[in-house]
Amino acid sequence: MPITTLADFNVQKIEILDVNGNTDNKLMPKLSSNNIKKIYENMLITRLFDEKALSLQRQGRLGTYAPNKGQEASQIGTSFLLEKNDFVFPAFRENGVYITREMPLELLFLFWMGDERGMNIPKNVNMFTVAIPVSTQILHAVGYAWGNKIKNNKNIVLTYFGDGATSKGDFHEGLNFSGVFKLPIIFICQNNQFAISVPVKNQTNSKTIAQKAIAYGINGIQVDGNDVFAVYYAAKKAIEDAKKGIPTLIECFTYRLGDHTTSDDAKKYRDEKELNEWSKKDPLLRLQKYMLKNKICNNNYFKNLENISRKKIDLAVKKAESYKKKGINEMFDYVYDKKDERLNEELEYLKQFY
Amino acid sequence: MAIMNMVEALNSALDNIMKVNKNIIILGEDVGKDGGVFRVTDNLFKKYKNRVFDTPLAETGIIGASIGLSLNGLKPVAEIQFEGFTYPALDQLINHASRIRNRSRGRFSCSLVLRSPFGGGVKALEHHSDSPETYFAHIPGLKLVIPSNPYDAKGLLISSIKDNNPVVFFEPKKIYRSIKQEVPDKMYEIELGKANILVEGDNLTLITYGSWVKEIVDIVNESKYSIEVIDLRTLKPLDEKTIINSVNKTGRCLIINEAPRFLNYSSEIISIINEKCFNNLKHHVERVTGFDTIMPLPKNEDYYLPNKERIKYAINKVMS
Repeated sequence: MPITTLADFNVQKIEILDVNGNTDNKLMPKLSSNNIKKIYENMLITRLFDEKALSLQRQGRLGTYAPNKGQEASQIGTSFLLEKNDFVFPAFRENGVYITREMPLELLFLFWMGDERGMNIPKNVNMFTVAIPVSTQILHAVGYAWGNKIKNNKNIVLTYFGDGATSKGDFHEGLNFSGVFKLPIIFICQNNQFAISVPVKNQTNSKTIAQKAIAYGINGIQVDGNDVFAVYYAAKKAIEDAKKGIPTLIECFTYRLGDHTTSDDAKKYRDEKELNEWSKKDPLLRLQKYMLKNKICNNNYFKNLENISRKKIDLAVKKAESYKKKGINEMFDYVYDKKDERLNEELEYLKQFY
Repeated sequence: MAIMNMVEALNSALDNIMKVNKNIIILGEDVGKDGGVFRVTDNLFKKYKNRVFDTPLAETGIIGASIGLSLNGLKPVAEIQFEGFTYPALDQLINHASRIRNRSRGRFSCSLVLRSPFGGGVKALEHHSDSPETYFAHIPGLKLVIPSNPYDAKGLLISSIKDNNPVVFFEPKKIYRSIKQEVPDKMYEIELGKANILVEGDNLTLITYGSWVKEIVDIVNESKYSIEVIDLRTLKPLDEKTIINSVNKTGRCLIINEAPRFLNYSSEIISIINEKCFNNLKHHVERVTGFDTIMPLPKNEDYYLPNKERIKYAINKVMS
């Protein structure tokens, strides 16, 4: 009996915009100057939000915070093309996606300030709450996408997670379900090289994360996650496929320029040289260079935009800080749709002390 | 009306409610063509096209996906094949299903039913005879229902499916087919959170649920004491009022189930009685439970499970 090859696979990577702002014109997606500006604005707001949140945390005005500096292209590039009723399931580092989906900034601040009301996401923002237990949200996204298919709703679902999540069962179960049921879904892995302190080489022996898609019969692609055009290119193709019931795993190869959270100190485990090398690949700098080279704007535009954006952020902080504590009832109000007798009794007990 | 066992009553409940609510879907392992390993979902696959799904063999996936389905406006009724396989789904229940309403301050909510066969007494393999109710009862935001007969099973399942919260519905597999009863063909509900006083009595309150209810009614009928029997039906939320009223009347209480003894569900009932009935107690509360051991394989199952002798012994003790 012979040995036969049953299948051959390959794994591709997309790169379009280099660190000097030059693009591969064959691959460059068609984007109007206005849209490129809009993408940059979202990336900038995300960066400034991050800076502000870190500063507020240091002042004791905001709780533990997970920064996303460096991952703006991965987040905005994948979410920019979504339609209003497409739905997103984030992990906890996706402020850039919330911002692209027009989540009010004050609610994001409010959440990180330790107030559940921040996750009372407005009805017109089709995005789910932050999910902290790693990779658990992947299954929610799969269920939601399955629901779209059952209801014959043409919208798609996106879910975000990190490289660490790909070690967990939920990731594998989720990708498998999506392949079996042919769901309208895109899985976005922001491979930022670290799960807290553990580098990706200790997370998996796979050469890429993208190739994990192959095992589940879905599409997998790696993109330069700091290159917003490559990310956009991959997302556009994945959206078209998702609508046909072909799921895609996009591995955005990027780097977490900050600490894991404000409770972490990456100096303990991360080489400074590596950090410096990745800082040169900053997704915002790259896009700025492209925009100047192609005369989409001048330096004044960047300056003005930064001023306007900082004002927006300051206003959002002010609004978030103006939320007054709601009192003890709130803790009991949302456990069930109606408070049961026991919860009422516990509330009455607690009232004596306030 | 028809004579039904619990499996048939549950099947009838699913059929009734799927007919009127198109958003209900069933998912799980072997729930499609096979109708579930106990046949609770028999024929529904054929009857309700594109609404009954065999999933890949992944319990976390089933409940995680059910959360997403629910967020999308559908009503998933998920079957986990045995209670011993619900544990991979605990992560999704504890960390998400039960908290979504609170986390989003009501913007999102998760309403799903997890059905699973439950408990011992059927001489099954390891992991097929556990009593894990305490784990589930300890999760804020979750409801927990355990019926004791076909009639209740149907009404309680319909209420669980109509409920706006995540509900775990444990089906005592020992009595899946052994009790037959008249059950209406039509849809009806039994309110969650309401215990059932099966037998009224003055000397002793006997509290139990699931497969133990029938055993106990038999013992009580033969007993010389006037015993009040309470079938909890819903373990979360617990009908505390019914318990308190009864124990204040009788002054004595015995609780029976087959879960391990340490942090057994009865511990919470005893704590409530301690707070609310202390002055009326004539004897400390007694309980007959499983042991703090691993549930044995079939040969030794009898050592572990409560039995008539142990229950009668406890009745005599609490009446002394």
